[in-house]
Amino acid sequence: MTSDIAAILAIDGIATGAVYALVAIGTVLIFTVTRVIFIPFGDIAAFTALTLAALDAKRFPGTGTLVVVLACLATLMEILSLVRGGELRLLPRALFFYLVLPLVVVGAAWLVMRADPPLAVRLILALMLIAPIAPLLDRIVFRPIADGTVLLLLTVSVALHFALVGLGLLFFGPEGVRTEPLTSFSTELAGVLISGQTMLIVIAALVFSALLYLFFDFTLVGKSLRATAVNRTGSRLMGIRPARAGTIAYLLGSLMAGVSGILIAPVNTVFYDSGFLIGLKAFVGAIVGGMTSYPGAAIGAVGVGILESFASFESSALKDVIVFSLLIPILVWRSLASLHSEEEIEE
Amino acid sequence: MTRLHVQLAAVAAVVCLALAPLVLPPFTVTLMNYIGIYSLVAIGLALLTGVGGIVSFGQAAFVGVAAYATAWVSALNGYSPWLGLLFGVALTCGVAAILGVVTLRLQGHFLSLSTVAWGLAIGFLFGNVDGLGRFNGISSIPPISFGSFALVSSVQIYFLIWGIVAVILLLGYNLLDSRLGRAMRALRGGNTLVESLGINAFRIKLVTFVIAAFLASLSGWLYAHMSRFISPGPFDAGMGIEYLMMTMVGGAGSLLGGVVGAAIVTLLKNSVQDYLPLIAKGASGQLEIVAFSALFILFLQWARQGIVPFVARYLPKARRERPLPAPPLPRRPQPTPGELLLKVDGAERRFGGLVAVNKVSFEVRSGEILAVIGPNGAGKSTMFNCLTGALRVNKGEIVFAGRPITRDPQSRIAQAGIARTFQHVKLRPRMSLLENVMLGTYARTRSGLLAGALRLNQREEASARHEALMQLERVGLGEKPFELAGNLPLGNQRILEIARALAADPALLVLDEPAAGLRRQEKLRLAELLRSLRSDHLTILIVEHDMEFVMSLVDRIVVLDFGSKLCEGVPSAIRSDERVQEAYLGGVA
Repeated sequence: MTSDIAAILAIDGIATGAVYALVAIGTVLIFTVTRVIFIPFGDIAAFTALTLAALDAKRFPGTGTLVVVLACLATLMEILSLVRGGELRLLPRALFFYLVLPLVVVGAAWLVMRADPPLAVRLILALMLIAPIAPLLDRIVFRPIADGTVLLLLTVSVALHFALVGLGLLFFGPEGVRTEPLTSFSTELAGVLISGQTMLIVIAALVFSALLYLFFDFTLVGKSLRATAVNRTGSRLMGIRPARAGTIAYLLGSLMAGVSGILIAPVNTVFYDSGFLIGLKAFVGAIVGGMTSYPGAAIGAVGVGILESFASFESSALKDVIVFSLLIPILVWRSLASLHSEEEIEE
Repeated sequence: MTRLHVQLAAVAAVVCLALAPLVLPPFTVTLMNYIGIYSLVAIGLALLTGVGGIVSFGQAAFVGVAAYATAWVSALNGYSPWLGLLFGVALTCGVAAILGVVTLRLQGHFLSLSTVAWGLAIGFLFGNVDGLGRFNGISSIPPISFGSFALVSSVQIYFLIWGIVAVILLLGYNLLDSRLGRAMRALRGGNTLVESLGINAFRIKLVTFVIAAFLASLSGWLYAHMSRFISPGPFDAGMGIEYLMMTMVGGAGSLLGGVVGAAIVTLLKNSVQDYLPLIAKGASGQLEIVAFSALFILFLQWARQGIVPFVARYLPKARRERPLPAPPLPRRPQPTPGELLLKVDGAERRFGGLVAVNKVSFEVRSGEILAVIGPNGAGKSTMFNCLTGALRVNKGEIVFAGRPITRDPQSRIAQAGIARTFQHVKLRPRMSLLENVMLGTYARTRSGLLAGALRLNQREEASARHEALMQLERVGLGEKPFELAGNLPLGNQRILEIARALAADPALLVLDEPAAGLRRQEKLRLAELLRSLRSDHLTILIVEHDMEFVMSLVDRIVVLDFGSKLCEGVPSAIRSDERVQEAYLGGVA
């Protein structure tokens, strides 16, 4: 391997890694706030790419239908739990958040789409359509078992991923998509060609990480999320609702996953089931950060990207074997490094 | 329900299974073959996940290793499938042992994540190795044959599959009711509990993990020779989840649940394939996985316990006989009263800059009750943890019965004759009082995996059972030995822990705040029990802050304050010591 090739591979790896980093940060965010290891984030990223591709092709994306179905389900569950809890006075609020708001988003997207909007608007539409999915899934799937063990939540999360893959095939079809590059700009750095898309990916990863940092350190909502992450009971006593914190975390996380989906779509062909590997590799990165540290997760994800890039050069067939085999020593290292308290498993 | 009823039910089930292929259509028999093959994996997972608390997403990879191994031996190299069985089982168990050694020390969800990792890595490997047919798989695998009689049709292999399932179930239930099985069932109580009983928790986890892999390898062998063709698909991550699903649906803690779960999931999948197109016109494969996952999620939301435990609640309770007298278990040589038993010499333990225990020295003589007391933050608990091996001292020496135990792990210290109880009671709530106390006899008994599975351990078991009953009677809980431990009030749970500790035949009993949270009557009963133990020449070390409880009970007191030893003496001297009063009351006004 010459140094030229190494440089190209490294840059490639950094770009892929930056995409993983966005998803990884979202994963850490959800895990710290809700204790859910949200495997389907990769699917959210893939769905965003597919949504954008459908919008580009002037078709109304299946995401719209998916959001409507999920909104109806979530509303039904919310109504049931309100009736059971005798809290019908909260009904209008629930209807607004779980039914009206998602429907308005879908309706707006449908209207705007007919006007043949420019790329920037289509990007925003794709993100808007994708944003409600994870919070609605949270309401439908995770809220009823919010008190469960991390392992129960993980098992459910894995099952949810499979359901989403099936839905993805249903709503988007089996064809892979590759969207237009967002920019055709490219430059040369120390003799290596760097495409504008690569730069965009890295910049976007940096900007969103920075925004997240500002959000957590300088806004009350961000601080309340951090408080929930540290101690659910304690923050509840301080008047923070963990359920609401969870919804915000899912919204933010989906946004990050959505951005990564948009960024990866022009580089790799995205299929309805591409999300699993994106999600898992991001997750490997998140584990490097111990599932708690954002910078750790980002660094880990970039590391995974670089590793994958070099591994696929050596043996493209075995690159996934290499990446996942390396997770084991990382896990061992993390487990030894973290001070663990004895945890009894629920009977 | 007596043992006879259970045996009758088992015989009836075996007869039904044996007659089934004679009356059922071939398609149903094939379906039942799949159920049997999946059952083996699910039984292993029930043991690993339900009993041992280790959630594995990767069992499908083990099935695949064995299936590919036997296919490689028989289809690609032309040897007998029986050689394939040997090679497949050996390879799978070897891989599992290596993975287990590396990962089983991981904590909680880290461990489960590692199973995702190797499950995926091995799964990807099948499709990418040239010698294994890549994604086209391996075809023309020969059938299993006994001499010249080949098991070609689904009815023929049916008997082999279900015969193996029946034998495995029998061996599995025997194992769970043995010394090793009880240790496995204790794993969910956490490492500290398991190690405190003199059990090497890591070893038990490894054994459980390899057993589960062994069952998966049997399944893989049968699968390869039944379908006569393998490709990477049935061994991928999705299938790993499905096995987990079967186990959880059936009821994770129950071996029979593995079979029930495998049956339900397989039949459900089959009917989803049949009926879904009728409900949703035009929808094909894609909705299948959605419906299936949704059902699974609903199931986990509404019935986490699984089906078998749910049904078992409505069955009549098993009536069990009180254990009969049996030859006693061997006892350890007890120290002579008054002899030096435990010597702590300059023990020091730091947490970063904080010195939690600072150059503490004291001695315990055989036959006395010594209390270590002190205000909050005095370092009592740290001292206790150092004694029992839960923490290591940074400096100093701890000698027990003439042997240094400073660097020993918890289980070794327990084996040496120090038995402990816990401040926050650690019992196995779903095990009976008798079984909880029998856990204490682990280090005094010997029988292993094979003896347990084949019931060659009956003499030792009878002795252990009788010993446990005697200890229950000794502490006053001999009335209902088959009550579940979780049903006892806190006071009796503490006392049950003492019975468990006594069953280990300790030379020294160490109690961590035994009076905490007890009502007055319960404290009096506890003190009474401890006095009676002292009159049996048992040495007791108590870490406690309930002064009243301590003063009336113990022979000597060691007072700790801010990590250092303040003073030492008989209760009356301690009571009048000004330094102690100052430490507790913040200075004499």
